[in-house]
Amino acid sequence: MLFTSYEFLGFILILFVLYYLIPTKFQWPLLLAASYVFYFLADPFYLIYILTTTVTVYFLGCRIERYREEQSGYLKDHKEELSREEKKAYKSGIKKRQWRLLLLGLLINLGILAVVKYTNFAIANVNFVLHCFGSSREFGLVDLVLPMGISFYTFQALGYIIDVYRGTVKAQKNPFQFALFVSFFPQLVQGPISRYQDLSETLFGGHKFHAETVCFGLERILWGFFKKLVIADRILVGVNTIVRNPEEYGGAYVLAGMLFYALELYADFTGGIDITIGVAQVLGITVTENFNRPYFSKSIKEYWRRWHITMGTWFTDYIFYPISVCKPMLKFSRFAREHFGEAIGKRMPVYLSSFAVWLATGIWHGASWNFVVWGLGNWVVIMISQELEPLYKKFHEWAGRRFGREIGENVLFRCFQVIRTILLMSVLRTFDCYRDVPLTFRMLGSAVRGGNWQIFWDGSLLGLGLDMADYGILAAGLVLLLVVSLLQRSGSVREKIARRPYPVRFMIWYGLFLAVLLMGAYGIGYDASQFIYNQF
Amino acid sequence: MMQASLSIINFRKDEEKVKRKKIMKAAVTAALVLTSLFLLQCLLVPKYATDVVEGSLIAEYYQEEKDHDVVFIGDCEVYENFSPRVLWEEYGINSYIRGSAQQLIWQSYYLLEDTLRYEKPEVVIFNVLAMQYDRPQKEAYNRMSLEGMKWSGAKVKAIRASMTEREEFLDYVFPILRYHSRWEELKSEDVQYLFDRKKVSHNGYYMRVDVKPAENVPEGNILADYQFGENAYDYLDRMTRLCRENDIQLILIKAPSLYPFWYEEWEQQIEDYAEKNDLLYLNFLEMTEETGIDFSTDTYDGGLHMNLSGAEKLSACLGRILQEDVGLKDRRGEKELSEKWQEKIIAYEAEKERQYKENMG
Repeated sequence: MLFTSYEFLGFILILFVLYYLIPTKFQWPLLLAASYVFYFLADPFYLIYILTTTVTVYFLGCRIERYREEQSGYLKDHKEELSREEKKAYKSGIKKRQWRLLLLGLLINLGILAVVKYTNFAIANVNFVLHCFGSSREFGLVDLVLPMGISFYTFQALGYIIDVYRGTVKAQKNPFQFALFVSFFPQLVQGPISRYQDLSETLFGGHKFHAETVCFGLERILWGFFKKLVIADRILVGVNTIVRNPEEYGGAYVLAGMLFYALELYADFTGGIDITIGVAQVLGITVTENFNRPYFSKSIKEYWRRWHITMGTWFTDYIFYPISVCKPMLKFSRFAREHFGEAIGKRMPVYLSSFAVWLATGIWHGASWNFVVWGLGNWVVIMISQELEPLYKKFHEWAGRRFGREIGENVLFRCFQVIRTILLMSVLRTFDCYRDVPLTFRMLGSAVRGGNWQIFWDGSLLGLGLDMADYGILAAGLVLLLVVSLLQRSGSVREKIARRPYPVRFMIWYGLFLAVLLMGAYGIGYDASQFIYNQF
Repeated sequence: MMQASLSIINFRKDEEKVKRKKIMKAAVTAALVLTSLFLLQCLLVPKYATDVVEGSLIAEYYQEEKDHDVVFIGDCEVYENFSPRVLWEEYGINSYIRGSAQQLIWQSYYLLEDTLRYEKPEVVIFNVLAMQYDRPQKEAYNRMSLEGMKWSGAKVKAIRASMTEREEFLDYVFPILRYHSRWEELKSEDVQYLFDRKKVSHNGYYMRVDVKPAENVPEGNILADYQFGENAYDYLDRMTRLCRENDIQLILIKAPSLYPFWYEEWEQQIEDYAEKNDLLYLNFLEMTEETGIDFSTDTYDGGLHMNLSGAEKLSACLGRILQEDVGLKDRRGEKELSEKWQEKIIAYEAEKERQYKENMG
């Protein structure tokens, strides 16, 4: 069920009405039922996967928690009898058992993810290696269905069990509430990857109908539809034309494609998240924000703190930090400091951990080399910019002396930084566009050579399946996105609108509704497009 | 005490006032939204007034006095090949054509169901070319056949039976969802015919007076399977049953259009069906002598459809059969009906004259 389908609109409409009609204590069971119906309607077969994840993580989480309770009970009861060493040995024994359970949980769930998502990638690579060694043997690809949202709910569940292991959250004892945490339908499709401690605060409690909250939620849904249907799905036509015909559209077209894709991806992904957060808000549930105006970032590092925030923090908390402080890494750190000096030796373990994070980020996005190269490309750019930090500092000092004030405060320089970040990210995303590493390099080379810059003013862009009206709508949409982003800097736009008189509010939201209705790229004549992040 | 009661009363009054104000605001908002959406929908739906007028045919039936002796159902081979005016003028038969472009057999069946809500004709004539399609075909043709139908169970069933893979039922209920992007191609006729549609047919007949002789008509391609589909047969059975239940004589016809090609194998199947079900079947392709059709003068598109001359010849022949073999009465003596037909004939003649002038110009 696509978020932009009539079925989904009907589904949430019925749910909203029922949700506020029934007693509040039945609201979360209703959400659980709705989430499973939502998943069932996508494909009944998917239920096997999500149930496996739910059941294994639930039981292992409870078991880990029980060990902790046993430990504290035992230590309390034998406080006087046990020596410090005995206590330490006991704790270490418990920790080991908990670790084994955690490992089991990780293996089962990452195993499922690996099998359904990466089997064919592995087979294709084995075949390639065999071919390189002159073997004629070839393994056939497997016909595996990738369950909807598996990367998202698996990571969410694993985040939970790691937190239980670390003792930062208490295990959820109610299996049905836990099942709801894993399967909460609005975020099942494309995230965000919520943390248990955040989502559980509002997910299981009763919610009385609160007109303003519901209204804000509906506004957010509408805004999401605007981004997805008016902008993302419209510009998609241009992106597809350029990307699917690389022989025909080289040079400056590649640059146009990069910029189009930057806009498409932003509108598509943030639009989807707006719908997710809006649906949850109508239900009185707070879902973690996933974006913070990422295209205003002045560096790639900053960009990744503001784009797909929940994924970034997940990788930082559950991959970067554990790797950084694991024993082999600490050993390597010592070794690096001894052999390469303090300055370099200190940075090397950080770079290595970052490498692991970006490799994982790339692989998480898709089972193909283009995503791996894309992930590592981000790593390279971040590392280079980090290495160049002293140089930047010197430049800023020089510019400060030369112009009499800090250059970072100069609007033009800030704009330059923002544009540079957008361009850099767009270049890296071409690996996502063409989905073929050699082809991407070829097309990037063609973009650098250019030669056909006139396409930007001679009307050639009208041959991409987009007419003047489309470009007009896209330009207006872009301006609106920009205005909203700028307004967001001084607080919630919806709150600002809420303070306006009723006729103004009505005109704003009805205008937006009409824009979606009349200018949305939906229905016959338009390709029904999935949200890009559904595929991950 | 009294003051306290008074302040409670005032408080309640204020509360009621606020409540009333809220209800008022909601009502005005709803009215504004619904009215504007309705107007937008009226503006955006195609008017079928000049370019593709076939989309107007189905809806025009509802403006008619429903007292027809004969109702035609089927595709372009009925609405372009028969002239109800000739049937009236020469035989006193009051007829109407409920035809539409590429009307599929289930659409014909549900149009018949729909017709029976209003009247019970003595004869229903169905053109069998539609038997070649067993599955939904094109959305554009679906729209032209179904949008004009008034809402009823028959329309709902017709839509459900006709939808292609990407079509949504809701788009038929709220056509604005289907035509939302038509603002890019709005013309003056969209404003002109915002509420009232232009009448384009003459009792369902779509007149064309121009001539394009039939030359080099292609032979039919070899088909993998000549058997009509199960679904098509099912609807033909339903049609036969429905007519029988309502004491209506169903006549199957194959209009004399040379293309799309009418295969011998298809002919055989229809002949067998007609015989088995005791139905009259008229293949006008084999009756050129009786009809007097001359494919060098009586077609406007090289043999696909009749022009006015062809349609009038064909109608004259059909009228004779309907009167002599089927036994339909001559109703020219009915004063009220005759007067209505007089008005229609004036409009018919005017259109004929306009088209002749246009062609000559």
